[in-house]
Amino acid sequence: MLALVSPALLVIGLLIVLPVGWLAWQSIYHDGFTLEHYRRILTEEIYWRSFALTFEISLFATVIALLLGYPVAYAANAAQKGWGIFILALVVLPFWTSVLVRAYAWLALLQRTGVINQFLRYLDVIDTPLALVHNTFGTVVATVHILLPFMVLPLYAAMQKIPRDLMQAGASLGANPAHAFFRIFLPLSLPGALAGSTMVFVLCLGFYITPELLGGGRTVMVSMLVSRNVELYNQFGAASAVAVVLLVSVLLIFFIASRFISLDRVLGQK
Amino acid sequence: MTTIGFRLFGPALFGASLGVLELAASAAHAAEQITFVSQGGAYQQAQTVAILDPSAKKLGITINQDSIPDAWPAIKTQVGSGKPIWDVVDTPTGYCLRGGEQGLIEKLDFSKIPNAAAMPEAYRSPYSVSYEFYSSVLAYSQKTFPKDAPNSWADFWDVKKFPGRRALRNHPIATLEAALMADGIAADKLYPLDVDRAFKKLEEIKPHITVWWTSGAQSAQLLNDGEVDMEMAWNGRVSAVAKEGAKVAYTYNQGILQSTSLCILKGAPNLATAVKFINEAVDSVHQANLPLQIDYGPGNPKAFETGVIKPERAAQLPSEPANAAKQALMSYAWWSSPQGEAAEKRWAAFMQK
Repeated sequence: MLALVSPALLVIGLLIVLPVGWLAWQSIYHDGFTLEHYRRILTEEIYWRSFALTFEISLFATVIALLLGYPVAYAANAAQKGWGIFILALVVLPFWTSVLVRAYAWLALLQRTGVINQFLRYLDVIDTPLALVHNTFGTVVATVHILLPFMVLPLYAAMQKIPRDLMQAGASLGANPAHAFFRIFLPLSLPGALAGSTMVFVLCLGFYITPELLGGGRTVMVSMLVSRNVELYNQFGAASAVAVVLLVSVLLIFFIASRFISLDRVLGQK
Repeated sequence: MTTIGFRLFGPALFGASLGVLELAASAAHAAEQITFVSQGGAYQQAQTVAILDPSAKKLGITINQDSIPDAWPAIKTQVGSGKPIWDVVDTPTGYCLRGGEQGLIEKLDFSKIPNAAAMPEAYRSPYSVSYEFYSSVLAYSQKTFPKDAPNSWADFWDVKKFPGRRALRNHPIATLEAALMADGIAADKLYPLDVDRAFKKLEEIKPHITVWWTSGAQSAQLLNDGEVDMEMAWNGRVSAVAKEGAKVAYTYNQGILQSTSLCILKGAPNLATAVKFINEAVDSVHQANLPLQIDYGPGNPKAFETGVIKPERAAQLPSEPANAAKQALMSYAWWSSPQGEAAEKRWAAFMQK
């Protein structure tokens, strides 16, 4: 058994454990041991603000992605086979467009002279353009768009596993469609929702290009602090410390989540 | 493609290919060569035509090129590993100075760089020679301000007289200088910067800044799309947008004159050839050819005396003497001093409050 998994363990060790370990080591060792980088993160307000903002944006994006993604996955699941595939294709299609291009596309849509503001002015709904971008709002919109497939796909996979007979059985026992949905379908689809939410939330924590381009400079997420630390302190250690704190907080979230839900069921889709 | 692949993965495969590198090094002695690194794009193409190809031809050397948007982390890593593969970099002057202090950049022997002798003292440092000039200028939309355009940083700060949306760069360099000039300090009396006073002045304008931009492309897009009415931007970015037909303009008045410089990595594989190249690269005729290709000014002011640059063209360039006189010359020495570094750190806190 060990002989069989050892190549896989070697790959994981070389590609994941070693670099991450090296990163963590740099954050405490530079010409001698130092906790200076961690002291800075714990005592300086700007780090707290960034971490709070990052978790806030991630939470927002996750909730919105769930609200938008659920009906899409439901439609793909309920539709005729061909239509279902068509809907999924539309969801997956943006994957092949670079995140950078999509960020600029959102800029073209949301900015003061952008398509949406022009249209609203044309309809006489507004006099002065709305501030849709260069703020947290624009960041969340683009983030949700980029992360939506990560919500829809696990949801769809979970829904596919729900036997359709169950709904019919519920109906034969007198449940109306809404009742059947809330009592049978929704609870059974929850593992998919949890898997999708975990994916979206964790990916969002590390977002960089989107807040950089659409946040107007004020939306400083943790990943931006990482790059800024390299520039300001000229040491990878300073940046590593921020990355390590982010990593540890993600692991902490997983740990807390695992107390309430079965994580391997959620992520492994068993 | 293979050479690019080699450059990317070369350091990683270093141990395995030590023998190959040694072979390459001995071959290099047969025909002298250097590896030159700049920032890529239209700018690197322009200098290839104006400076690199003619220099290579004249010196009879091979110039291998590489490009990277931000050379600093790579310089640190290469010199830190003890075996740099680059020789000469064209990078913002501040990095050459900071690198010099940290032992990452070679001290230059100016007796071997006679072409730099005519350059003003302020254009040189023990580690670097100015290579080209650009300027952080006040740019504005001519649609919003068809006449009575803003002409100084005091105008930029005057939101009553010049209503409109504004953008500044999300970086303290040049921004603090602009704030101090807006507060009435003369362009030649800026250094050492009064950092407290600059941040106080910036607090005033902060609520009126719509976007703090992070890349040159972004600043150009903001002005081009009418997202902002006035901003601080690099002159070359504004003129590029104007050439595309956007109704935008800028003034050199109170611009902040900045430069990139040439410097050599500590322990560069071809040190002697690198010094020869630097001397050739700041030759006034090669330098005069650069602004014929792109909207940047020569690093060597002697270029304006060669007759290669027509007077109409010279008038558009940031380092042309009359234009330079209207501007503040950035002190990279101040920015790489402890006070300068502290100001950079303070900026991060300022942005998040």
